[in-house]
Amino acid sequence: MADLRSNFIGIKSPNPFWLASAPPTDKEYNVRRAFQAGWGGVVWKTLGAEGPPVVNVNGPRYGVVHGADRRVLGINNIELITDRPLEVNLREIKSVKRDYPDRALIISLMVPCDEDSWRDILHRIEDTGADGVELNFGCPHGMAERGMGSAVGQVPDYIEMVTRWVKTHSRMPCIVKLTPNITDVTKPAAAAKRGGADAVSLINTINSITSVDLDLFAPQPTIDGKGSHGGYCGPAVKPIALNMVAEIARDPVTAGIPISGIGGVTTWRDAAEFMALGAGNVQVCTAAMTYGFKVVQEMITGLHDYLDGNDMALSDLIGRAVPNVRNWQELNLNYVTKAVIDQDACISCGRCYAACEDTSHQAIAMKPGRVFEVIEEECVACNLCVDVCPVENCISMRELAVGEIDKRTGIPRGTYANWTSHPNNPMARAAE
Amino acid sequence: MSQARLSPGVVPGRLTPQQLAANFVDVAPPLDRHEAHVAADRCYFCHDAPCITACPTSIDIPLFIRQIATDTPDAAAMTIFHANILGGMCARVCPTEQLCEGACVRMEAEGKPVEIGALQRYATDGLMAKRVHPFRRAPQTGRSVAVVGAGPAGLAAAHRLAAKGHDVTIFEARPKPGGLNEYGIASYKAVDGFAQAEVDWIIGIGGMELRHDQVLGRDITLDGLRAEYDAVFLGMGLGGVNALRAEGEDRRHVLDAVSFIRDLRQASDLTTLPVGRDVVVIGGGMTAIDAAVQARLLGAENVTIVYRRGQDRMGASRHEQDHATASGVRIICDAAPVTLHGNGAVAEIEFAYTEDGPDGLKLTENRFRLRADQVFRAIGQRLDGAPPELQLIDGKIAVSAHGRTSLDGVWAGGDCAAGGNDLTVTAVAQGRDAAEDIDARLTGRPVEIPG
Repeated sequence: MADLRSNFIGIKSPNPFWLASAPPTDKEYNVRRAFQAGWGGVVWKTLGAEGPPVVNVNGPRYGVVHGADRRVLGINNIELITDRPLEVNLREIKSVKRDYPDRALIISLMVPCDEDSWRDILHRIEDTGADGVELNFGCPHGMAERGMGSAVGQVPDYIEMVTRWVKTHSRMPCIVKLTPNITDVTKPAAAAKRGGADAVSLINTINSITSVDLDLFAPQPTIDGKGSHGGYCGPAVKPIALNMVAEIARDPVTAGIPISGIGGVTTWRDAAEFMALGAGNVQVCTAAMTYGFKVVQEMITGLHDYLDGNDMALSDLIGRAVPNVRNWQELNLNYVTKAVIDQDACISCGRCYAACEDTSHQAIAMKPGRVFEVIEEECVACNLCVDVCPVENCISMRELAVGEIDKRTGIPRGTYANWTSHPNNPMARAAE
Repeated sequence: MSQARLSPGVVPGRLTPQQLAANFVDVAPPLDRHEAHVAADRCYFCHDAPCITACPTSIDIPLFIRQIATDTPDAAAMTIFHANILGGMCARVCPTEQLCEGACVRMEAEGKPVEIGALQRYATDGLMAKRVHPFRRAPQTGRSVAVVGAGPAGLAAAHRLAAKGHDVTIFEARPKPGGLNEYGIASYKAVDGFAQAEVDWIIGIGGMELRHDQVLGRDITLDGLRAEYDAVFLGMGLGGVNALRAEGEDRRHVLDAVSFIRDLRQASDLTTLPVGRDVVVIGGGMTAIDAAVQARLLGAENVTIVYRRGQDRMGASRHEQDHATASGVRIICDAAPVTLHGNGAVAEIEFAYTEDGPDGLKLTENRFRLRADQVFRAIGQRLDGAPPELQLIDGKIAVSAHGRTSLDGVWAGGDCAAGGNDLTVTAVAQGRDAAEDIDARLTGRPVEIPG
């Protein structure tokens, strides 16, 4: 069996699956249940400064985007940081950590943007036994308007400044949690690195309105006829998160900083993908909120099976796909494929035909008896037919051998060449 | 247990009123909203979908299912009714496994089709329950059309003609409209008076006059109708029943299955309806199944369907056959009746096993007998009393495209017309298409046929 034990910036956990700072990690009862279910670590829901805790709305906190059969594709929330007294949280953290010394327990923090506030909170958490801190620079609602959360995360200088304070006043490993509500995620990541962060975690939730109530004409979740933008998460955000993780992993300035991957991790496969793009571990929230803590057991067995099946160690997986993430102009324009429809697997639904005929390249013929065939002379290998086909592996893309004629262009497939040397590129340099 | 349960002969009250009520509930209860959404999610929204092609009325099935999935079931119902105004009844009686569901690509994918029939019922029931007719008539044309028969073909024709602004008079031979929907299908397929409610709803468009007890050849003549109306549509179905041509067929308690089904549908109290203890149904179509299953549900102890050819040749769908066997009906294939024995009333039937060869069906010397105190003939119906001036093919009215008969100004559709398949949905399609053709003839407007 593959060894799933994880060591992330010196924080050890029996597996790389942590629960993200979020509603499931708000109190001892939940966290104990999570550890009993097998979670490797927990990032305790964000603590604020000492004093009266924040208050939450008393109406709905979550909105949802459903797929078929009400499958949860995305949830947004307008919940704030913990609304329980700091004392209570600290006592509970200490109690849980004492009973689960092998699990990672990180404390998420968000206090006003001044050095005293940060020094005070770091001092308060010192003797909880927690393994590290995560700085919440991502929360997109409620706290941002008070100059915290994503209001800090959107200004790289602030990230650097606060991170430096934290590293100055605490010996704990420090993870900086990044907001995706920016244009270039490498900028805040670089700022965190400059400030001395041990790692970054991303993504936090995305500004969103999940839906509009067409009777009330108000965004959902709706509070007394009004709604506010909330933070979007769940499977729907995974592609955005994967890209941001990869951007940080491959940018020369930020490459090498440990990454805790967050954003729609629902299965072991999602986790493996984040890790292949450079995440040292993953954090999960929506999957647990949808299905309960037990989902981690599928993640554990799935990752085991995957690693064993490929004879890989966990460390072999981390970052393995990063070298293959490139800018568009580096892609091989002489890589030519053609769609192939497996007639035995085809159920004749014709979705490939409709997609290709109406919206693409008219490269699929509909023949008598509802037989669908690719017209190679027209096929640009866009992959849309593969994407819309309801039968897995029914349509595949066949790679042309070098020298084989591309029936669409009439040109034999060449060897590697990209846009930088293409004759149509006004900036093209002569190929070496 | 009822006293009469095991009484010999043909007696009423074999079961208690409670048992009968439980036996004759809706055979396929409607989907609720959640079930409908789960079922609708399975539709792939196929291109040029094979289910549409398989539907005789070419209902745009993927579209109406998508409309259900997006929570607009009334829009779904309108998609259905545009193509098939009897979409409510068709959702109940269509052999969907032979039509739309049989063609569903999910059959290829996993052997379980999208539940198209049930979804159609979900949509149509919802809109019809509002008791408002959703179509409006076009401005009146001043033209008039006579429709003979208020069954599926006649109603479909009449509705479309009325919608297009013509004045329609329907001449129905029986005291109630609906045709086989009212008189000819098992009662558990259309519970709670659905057939009459559907007719009322269809007539709700206006422009239709319904005249009862009007038999063609007795009360009205084709010549008279042609003289009085601008066009005539014949949709009177099949009035006659084929004979067994077996010795002893005239013994008591040898009945037509359609009569039994009719009497059962019209009975106000099922405890008064007599049924045998040992019932034999001869035939292999839907009518045979409906009669046999209902005989069981009325309390017959032994019910056997005997069909003269192989099981694969049975007109009843596999689903119907399974429903019969699950209801305790035994199906014997490859056997034909030779003699009905008994003293006054039938008591026993002698069958010969058959062999289906290149020269047709042959009786063998291999014989067997079944106890039978009640026998139902369900070996097909025939057109009786067709107006002699009409050309017939195989005993039915010859029609060309859109139901034109050999007589100018006379159209025909449904079971009385040649070339159909005795399905309600086909009758609806033929009535609808004939109406389009009649309208085109009367007004010069183009024919609008879905699909």
